[in-house]
Amino acid sequence: MDKQHRYLPTTKEDRKEMLETIGVSSIKDLFSDIPESTRATKEKTVELEEALSEQALTRYMKGLADVNITTDTHAYFIGAGTYDHYIPSVVNHVLLRSEFMTAYTPYQPEASQGELQALFEFQTMMCELTGMDVANSSLYDGFTSLGEACNLATSATKRNEVVYSGAIHPQAKEVVGTYAYGMEYDVKEAGLDGTYTDMDALKELVSEQTAAVIIQYPNFYGTIEDLKAVKELCDATKTLLIVMANPLALALIESPGKLGADIVVGDTQPLGLPMNFGGPHCGYFAVKKKFMRKVPSRIVGQTTDEDGKRGFVMTLQTREQHIRREKATSNMSSNQALTALASSVFLSTVGKVGLQEMAQQNISHAHYVKNQLKAKGMEILSDDAFFNEFVVKCNEPIEEVSKKLLEQSIVSGYDVSDYLGTENALLLCVTEKRTKEEMDTLVDVLTGEGK
Amino acid sequence: MHTTYNDLVFEISRKGRQGYSLPESSIEKTDLKDVIPAHLMRETPAELPELSELQVMRHYTALSNKNFGIETGFYPLGSCTMKYNPKVNEDIARYSGFSNIHPLQPEMTAQGALELMYRLEENLKEVTGMDAISLQPAAGAQGEWSGLLIFKAYHEANGEGNQRKKILVPDSAHGTNPASAVVAGFDVVEIKSNKEGRVGVEALKEAIGPDTAGLMLTNPNTLGLFEVDIVEIARIVHDAGGLLYYDGANANAILGKSTPGEMGFDVVHLNLHKSFSTPHGGGGPGSGPIGVVDYLTDFMPSPRIEKDADTYKLTYDHPKSIGRVKGYYGNFGVNVRAYAYIRSMGAAGLQQVSEDAVLHANYLKARLEPYYDTPFKSICKHEFVLSGNRQKKLGVRTLDIAKRLLDYGFYAPTVYFPLIVEECLMIEPTETEAKETLDAFADAMIEIAKEAEENPEHVTGAPYTKSVRRLDEVTAARKPIVTYQRDTKAE
Repeated sequence: MDKQHRYLPTTKEDRKEMLETIGVSSIKDLFSDIPESTRATKEKTVELEEALSEQALTRYMKGLADVNITTDTHAYFIGAGTYDHYIPSVVNHVLLRSEFMTAYTPYQPEASQGELQALFEFQTMMCELTGMDVANSSLYDGFTSLGEACNLATSATKRNEVVYSGAIHPQAKEVVGTYAYGMEYDVKEAGLDGTYTDMDALKELVSEQTAAVIIQYPNFYGTIEDLKAVKELCDATKTLLIVMANPLALALIESPGKLGADIVVGDTQPLGLPMNFGGPHCGYFAVKKKFMRKVPSRIVGQTTDEDGKRGFVMTLQTREQHIRREKATSNMSSNQALTALASSVFLSTVGKVGLQEMAQQNISHAHYVKNQLKAKGMEILSDDAFFNEFVVKCNEPIEEVSKKLLEQSIVSGYDVSDYLGTENALLLCVTEKRTKEEMDTLVDVLTGEGK
Repeated sequence: MHTTYNDLVFEISRKGRQGYSLPESSIEKTDLKDVIPAHLMRETPAELPELSELQVMRHYTALSNKNFGIETGFYPLGSCTMKYNPKVNEDIARYSGFSNIHPLQPEMTAQGALELMYRLEENLKEVTGMDAISLQPAAGAQGEWSGLLIFKAYHEANGEGNQRKKILVPDSAHGTNPASAVVAGFDVVEIKSNKEGRVGVEALKEAIGPDTAGLMLTNPNTLGLFEVDIVEIARIVHDAGGLLYYDGANANAILGKSTPGEMGFDVVHLNLHKSFSTPHGGGGPGSGPIGVVDYLTDFMPSPRIEKDADTYKLTYDHPKSIGRVKGYYGNFGVNVRAYAYIRSMGAAGLQQVSEDAVLHANYLKARLEPYYDTPFKSICKHEFVLSGNRQKKLGVRTLDIAKRLLDYGFYAPTVYFPLIVEECLMIEPTETEAKETLDAFADAMIEIAKEAEENPEHVTGAPYTKSVRRLDEVTAARKPIVTYQRDTKAE
């Protein structure tokens, strides 16, 4: 490169001095160990898009971003695992502090106390919400957390099969399928009873070979499953209960821990994380104490320093790949520390009362829309206990509905017709962010009363 | 960085405070009793903190002051590539058109996002020399696992699934390699490194056979050494019917200089949070895209992205795919930053990155060689290892040297890894550090070597300047306290 790049401080003069100290005459000498046949040459170069100045870069990237429809201009009634919620401004301000953002895994705890304490607080908050004893410091996302939970369950029980409810997220089913392909255990699916898990089918499938039953809570269709009944069913065969839960809903519905879950996983995206086109989000992973030493990835523990002062360290590391290699409980190395921090800041800001108030608004808004649609003659396919999502049967194909809603600056719900085996089934999500005007417009378009 | 603040967020909470504001909802409140069965209503609210907004900011600012990031100072953590994380990439990732879009909104309303993904894939194909890229894996370890599942699917498709159950891994490999192989359903066979710190052709020939699924290799390896026999290694693996996996953790050394494709690798992962400058975030989120050669593309994770005239589409019909490894399309927000980085550097820029990274490592090594044992003398790539054996004889261990570096205002190198070097210090300076910084670090290391001779207790007592002194990790593991215990507020 002829011009000095803004990210590269080393000048020609620096290079000369350093080469002298090393005792070689040119940079080429430092690459002489790469076999000639594999080297890039003038004829065989790596071709990338052209380099841009900072100004040209931001203009170009803004251009790409501006092509997309966003929550700035449209009212989103789509959920299905990723949600448009209120994020207090402070969350981003904390994330931008470079001491958090540009650090790595806290291998030297004395210089990383801030990160370690923040993750310890995150673990505590996750245990509070889920009603569990131990939580790790995060995993990639909710679905991979579920996959890890299945690996834990099959290894802990030495059984070779998991059974999931047909009402878990379709992508969760796919990810569990991939994990099972890796570890070579069987996966079975219990079908649906309306938008609930079919309890009879579940009972039929679960046996003494079943390591775990997987229930989503509220489930993919928004319905709040009866965990108590599932737990009773599991107990008969000493099968573990894995619950994938929306942490925001847990502000108001009973914690899975209280209802007997052995492992609770999910994604903290509803707690302070932008939707980000699907990632990065943040998986959480919480267990009953007896599984503590089988948990994947990093766990932070409290300890004291030489002077007796409280401090924090990564602990129970003999579970982990960098110590145990092929005998580790999981191959997880990086976690999602920064997005876990975001959810901690979110929960600290919204707090004990705020989270309940926010969850209540979700319930009220979703039920308002449901009641309006029902009053105007629409069929509700999940007209029972639900949180902020439900399924409505539309009068025309969802693609048509979506187009009409887009004209009204609304992003429609998710088409679940194929999953439910019913035509024109639309999964709607109504969060605290939706205004009455937006809800009324949605209802008008869906009922055919719109312009 | 020293601070006396030692409160947990739960300890500064006070009932009745709040740091948020939700709009007054004009919708009538739904009575929970009407919609949720009694036994599924939460009995006891979660004990979350109650703080004002300033208290939140002050708490987390105090914590950040107890944390060391790249902008705090030099962070020579080996195999982690702690280079500068450009600020403009943070601005870009926060554009509403990237952050406030839903993964399941209609594809036609997210064409800009899909175009970005497509373009990033095209650039990464060039960087790796591979024929197809999937951005889905969330991190390096997930890339490894995905790649190994592709090995598995490939051998199964050839009717050799039951036979090829072994993955060869050098003893210098990252711990994730053997762990990923196990969770992909393979057995691990470790290959001993030769005297020069590389995979020996003879050892490989001995280990390989008709039961081999493949070999995982980091090149340059974790000792910072290029596997000079790579062409021969690739031939041996392929002749035996195996596949070759490239762990891209150390790709910062070869950008624009060579490609895993040219070297003969079949599957590659890159750590975009290492070589491509996206922030490590205290442990994540990262991004670990994989690339494969043409005969493996059918097995790639689903969905994949396609360009059809001027429209970008996600495709789901891949019957031979290993399936989905993560939700949606990977860590999109991280991938936005990596693409912005590639567009900031261009091909010549990335080549300069590798040249300077390698130059810096060799320079530091040359400066430190008189004072520390250097087990491998040959030129290194972007990182190198030292051994603290000489200091150990004086009663100062590598861990002590690491802690003492913290007092000098640096983060510590990776220590006790790779496992094959005693008292190992693994140092990766990266290309974004100025010569003055490298010199200051070398001076500190030399000073510590002197301290070890003259006043070893001073080194073994470090650190003295951080928010805490050395921490008791043994008790932490023996009697784990992993959540806040409400009745035990510390002094």
